[in-house]
Amino acid sequence: MHAFGDHKKNLSQLALAILVVALLALVPACGSDYYVSLFISIFKYTVLTVSWATFCGPTGYMSLASAAFLGSGMYVTALLGDTLPLPLIVLIGGAASLLLALVAGLASLRIRGIFFAMFTLGLSEGVKGFINWWEISKTGRQGRLVISASGTTVFYTMLIILVMALLTSYLIRRSKFGLALRSIGQEQQAAEHIGINVNAVKLITFAATSFWIGATGSIIVTQWSYVDTQVAFSVFYSFMPTVMALFGGLGNMLGWILGSVVFTILSELLLTPFPYYYMLIFGIVIVSVFLFFPSGLVGLVTRWRKA
Amino acid sequence: MRICEGEGVTKYFGGLAAVIDVDFYVDQGEIVGLIGPNGAGKTTFFNLISGALAPTSGVILFKGDNITGLRPYQICRRRIARTFQLVKIFPDMTVFENVVLGSLFGSHNLRGSAQEEAMEQIRFVRLLEKKDMLARDLTVANQKRVEVARALATKPELLLLDELVAGLNPAEVDEIIALTKAIRDRGITVVMIEHVMKVIMNISDRIIVLHHGEKIAEGTPSQIASSKKVIEVYLGT
Repeated sequence: MHAFGDHKKNLSQLALAILVVALLALVPACGSDYYVSLFISIFKYTVLTVSWATFCGPTGYMSLASAAFLGSGMYVTALLGDTLPLPLIVLIGGAASLLLALVAGLASLRIRGIFFAMFTLGLSEGVKGFINWWEISKTGRQGRLVISASGTTVFYTMLIILVMALLTSYLIRRSKFGLALRSIGQEQQAAEHIGINVNAVKLITFAATSFWIGATGSIIVTQWSYVDTQVAFSVFYSFMPTVMALFGGLGNMLGWILGSVVFTILSELLLTPFPYYYMLIFGIVIVSVFLFFPSGLVGLVTRWRKA
Repeated sequence: MRICEGEGVTKYFGGLAAVIDVDFYVDQGEIVGLIGPNGAGKTTFFNLISGALAPTSGVILFKGDNITGLRPYQICRRRIARTFQLVKIFPDMTVFENVVLGSLFGSHNLRGSAQEEAMEQIRFVRLLEKKDMLARDLTVANQKRVEVARALATKPELLLLDELVAGLNPAEVDEIIALTKAIRDRGITVVMIEHVMKVIMNISDRIIVLHHGEKIAEGTPSQIASSKKVIEVYLGT
């Protein structure tokens, strides 16, 4: 059954995963700066998408709060500067994001569907507006200078965050919480009546998955040397995880990863030769996938294999 | 022995009274039938016991403990389970996954014992050969069996069955009657809402009649069948 896999299959999957991570760890030694930054970008979007989809995929809650979590992580780094060691700052960035998710979750997880989506969009914009107001009226500035870290440092930190985010998601999905999340998405009332503390399951998952989004924000901001609220809380970061997960296939983890990787590389490939039309081409690609392959890239591969 | 009892149980929706000042009791090992015309407040009454709704006033006791206003998952873990008038299964999960959720969360089992418990209940409702099918692909009668198995997997002492035979054909109705009796024979107390008189008269030890939210009669099937008041408001002659 879905939640309880067999051991042999698990072991070979684990071996494959370790091999992939080991190969990725070689990138900074072998590749150019361009590839290092491309991989950082891929890691960033994969963490965002996997974290988003672990909660939103099975429950059907559409969160648009990713920008709020990512931006909070960035501002933690901007505020703390060089007062603490970088790994600690990254953890604090994750914790700040988790705390925000707990508060937002307590206030909102009772509401469903479109209302939850709009609440979380409001959260992202609200946090952005609040920090903007604070900076302008209390500290008298708009943006902040940020400590910078080397590309290699950012790369390895992101690789660790990626592995942790994937592990978090994997463990949630194969535990009884994963099954409970699906039951909540399919028939919440019945889930409550068979002993599932629905609000606790939702809150814990929402908060745990947002931790790695905040940590990601804390480390990637060190690439930019300067941050303001427009960049940190860009609504783009709230919508991308949804698009990427749907693009790859909402039903399983492989789809989320595939969606993020292919999408990030595609946008990179299109941006350079077609700087003016790339959004147009992109739009056509997205629309075609959703129209003709509603189960995403994974569905496409399955169909192609069968044929 | 009283397993569940209530005093002055009342529920208002705004100005509308759905259940008014109902006193009731259920003895251990009984099958109690709950009947009444549409809109009499039967399902609301179930929602109050199972925690889906909190009563406006009144007290509900289960095995002597006050359970009034507890959340549904808390009531389930205290050993009260229910099914729904319109089936509420998890459609995109297998029969096994549906039922194992009940044992994983309702009876606090570890994974291994939860799986065993689930298999036992699936066998009990005779769905063993369909255990790997998606719940959405089953007939309504079998979906109702999934609901029963899922409720049983939480190891209830009191089971609330809401119109289990509605929409079933006569052969299926007979099977459900046998199933309900088998549940009682395992020592589980049953309260059931039912419109089909044949069923209610056949298997209830005692019947409670609701009308416009009030309890208007209570007694053995033969007492209810001959009660003038019940015949006037309900049996409609």
